[in-house]
Amino acid sequence: MNTKIRRIKKSGFSKTYIIIIAVILNIGLSLLMGYWSYSWLPIQASEASHYVDNLFAFETTIGTFIFLGCTGTMAWILVFNRAPKYDESNGEPLEGNLKLEIIWTIVPLLLVLGISTYSTRVNYKLENLGSKIKYDYGAEVPFVEEKKVFDYGPIDVISRQWNWEFVYPNGIHSSELHLPVDKKSNFRLITEDVIHSFYVPAFRLKQDIIPGSVITYSLTPTKEGVFRLRDAMFSGAYFSENQTNVIVESEEIFYKWIKETVKKELQNGLNPAGNLYQKRLRNGNRGWATVKPAPDPKVNDAGIESRPHDS
Amino acid sequence: MTIVNYDPRLVKSKNPYPKGPNDWKRFFSFNTDAKVIGIQYIVTALFFLLIGGLLAMLIRGELITPPSDLFDPTVYNGLYTMHGTIMLFLFLFPILSGLTNLLVPPMIGAPDMAFPKLNALAFWLVPVFSIILLLSFFVPGGPASSGWWSYPPISIQNPLGKIINGEMLWIIAISLSGISSIIGAVNFVTTIIRMRAPGMGFFKMPIFIWTVLAAQLLQLLGLPALTGGAIMLFFDLTFGTSFFRIEGGGDPVLFQHFFWFYSHPAVYVMVLPVFGIFSELFPVYSRKPLFGYKFVAVASFGITILSLVVWVHHMFYTGTPMWMRNLFMFTTMLIAVPTGVKVFAWIATLWGGNIRLTTPMLFCLGGLFNFIFGGITGVMLATVPVDIHVGNTYFVVAHFHYIIFNTIAFGIFAAIYHWFPKFTGRMFYEGLGKVHFALTFIGATLNWLPLHWAGLLGMPRRVASYDPEFAIWNVLASIGAFILGVASIPFILNMVSSWVRGKSAPPNPWKAIGLEWLLPSPPPHENFEEDIPTVLNEPYCYGLDKPFVEDEQFYIEKSLKKH
Repeated sequence: MNTKIRRIKKSGFSKTYIIIIAVILNIGLSLLMGYWSYSWLPIQASEASHYVDNLFAFETTIGTFIFLGCTGTMAWILVFNRAPKYDESNGEPLEGNLKLEIIWTIVPLLLVLGISTYSTRVNYKLENLGSKIKYDYGAEVPFVEEKKVFDYGPIDVISRQWNWEFVYPNGIHSSELHLPVDKKSNFRLITEDVIHSFYVPAFRLKQDIIPGSVITYSLTPTKEGVFRLRDAMFSGAYFSENQTNVIVESEEIFYKWIKETVKKELQNGLNPAGNLYQKRLRNGNRGWATVKPAPDPKVNDAGIESRPHDS
Repeated sequence: MTIVNYDPRLVKSKNPYPKGPNDWKRFFSFNTDAKVIGIQYIVTALFFLLIGGLLAMLIRGELITPPSDLFDPTVYNGLYTMHGTIMLFLFLFPILSGLTNLLVPPMIGAPDMAFPKLNALAFWLVPVFSIILLLSFFVPGGPASSGWWSYPPISIQNPLGKIINGEMLWIIAISLSGISSIIGAVNFVTTIIRMRAPGMGFFKMPIFIWTVLAAQLLQLLGLPALTGGAIMLFFDLTFGTSFFRIEGGGDPVLFQHFFWFYSHPAVYVMVLPVFGIFSELFPVYSRKPLFGYKFVAVASFGITILSLVVWVHHMFYTGTPMWMRNLFMFTTMLIAVPTGVKVFAWIATLWGGNIRLTTPMLFCLGGLFNFIFGGITGVMLATVPVDIHVGNTYFVVAHFHYIIFNTIAFGIFAAIYHWFPKFTGRMFYEGLGKVHFALTFIGATLNWLPLHWAGLLGMPRRVASYDPEFAIWNVLASIGAFILGVASIPFILNMVSSWVRGKSAPPNPWKAIGLEWLLPSPPPHENFEEDIPTVLNEPYCYGLDKPFVEDEQFYIEKSLKKH
């Protein structure tokens, strides 16, 4: 034990250097991870995306610094503080250090205060969520006056076990969600059965849809392309099939689509879960119990199930 | 050596099983000895770890390819629901109750728990609700398949319309589990408050005892909400009431509040004793006092109090108003402060120590490593805008497995190895233990690290099929899961063969400081019997030349004699 203390004391000077180098290295690696973290996320396709990604990169940087700081110290200990075989003597009997303990209480406290202040500000910038109005079961979905400013809408997003249907202000029905780029679109989120969640990873946005309530919601797509809309709240047997596409188009193409679609007759829309259920019935209805999938939605634009998506 | 005024009936009580304490049959009886109950809990829980693990491998088998091709999606949903339920209620809670039963009385110098019969009752409820839960595989329509959250309306849809259905049995099992845990909690709290050895003031208790007290108080405060919620759900499902049914004016979101008010703290109920295990083991295997004992002890209660006001972070996107999201984001992040205190204290304990890399130490170090990672992703998830993107995706699944398996189960394995010699009287095989650690660490990392990326890219949790872009992360995860399956082989081999024919263990094989190490291995029925030690100093005085108890030599000699 004594030799160890002496060894540490003797190397005190070089230890300062090692710590400085390690901290610089750690800062470098943490910044690099923060930079990389953008590539772990889908395409940025809405105004929320870059706020979320910046926040995530910020947290990745700080998190990497803490992680490498702690585990690097652990690695150092494992290399240099191993007891030789058969050595059962004690280490340095340090019981604590009040100053150090106060520092490592205050620093994390300030850190989380900083992070939560930063994210609160992001929250107020995004403000996607409008109001949530309850209505009686079986009654007509009430009209909700959206107090926030928006450019287009409201589009009714109707979720079911297990298909999506979108109803536009001029009355057209679609199986895919078409949106104009760079315009703030407004939605009324409605479910006909259980809780679903409106989730578009490329938009970094998610909102649960609650039975018995209508929720208004706004977002601005910023990139043209095809993005997946996934139900993110478990909704039963064919939950994983409850997906469709969001097609973000230039304003011109979007209005052209509206004009053309309004002339189309109603037809059966996308319903992959329904098809799978029919297959299950044909194969003898094996498996565990499930409610029957909702019938095919009647839509003007039936959509394309296997449309390639950007994200 | 001081004789304490316990109720004489307690000290002198006969072992209720007539053939004496060393009969193997006592493990299959309504035995009231906390040490027997502890082993009953642990063995039962490990059996369910195997069942839950088997279900996990079936899940990973389905997810190794993008389409839903191994099972019908309804079967997949049942399997993952049962996997989560079994792992939480049949593995983690019982095994921690088992460790608590084994460790609390010897660590505080008590002969047994305060209410031995209640203790046995709490244990015997476990096989009862386990059987109910497993029976649900065989009822028409299959087991519960709405996830372990069991959110209405999906959980009360009851497709076949039968009174007896998987969901109903699930709710009964969960309620019984809640009752069992409440009984256990009353017992643990009473024992710790009332039955400590003389001299053992609160600030001389081992940290494990602090964390058990913090965790069990949390059970008492939180569990009634979940159990109440489960009973309301049962009424909605079976009798058509409308607590959560919109048809009758109920509110499905209300259930989420009942559920998470307990089920988030439940994670702390599980992780706190594991923090206790880390705090016990790091000093032993680095031969140093625990750094900042008082801070670490009080931090446990910081976690308990804060964990009661964080539950809404599971509901950031259910339509929760902005002010509430911001508030709960802040309270959730605050938990990083007391946990940080613990993490830094452990690292400072290791610093400059004489590290011995035994199997229990390896599991502790691995657990700490994983916990730092899981803690950081936890703060990310607490951040509202990030959570709105990654919530309900595989990022969450990866995060909570980093806590629940890579930290909690690692700590449990560490504890099993560390105290195995004490309670079985046999040494385990170090080599097999290290193989178990290596396979577990590699398997767990491969299983859950890649899934973070699947989640960041937007793969929802609980899916039976997924878009092909997520395939690579899932293939890696599945390989990891199968390695974890293999890792159970050296563990079982080690435990069974060591218990049957391992080298006999000395009273204190690790040269550890603590009341339990002053007892023979295995300890006699009533631990210290009439010679209850008087505690003089804080625990973990390695290298400080401060004896833990009065007349230590007497106990060391006594423990060797019995042996």
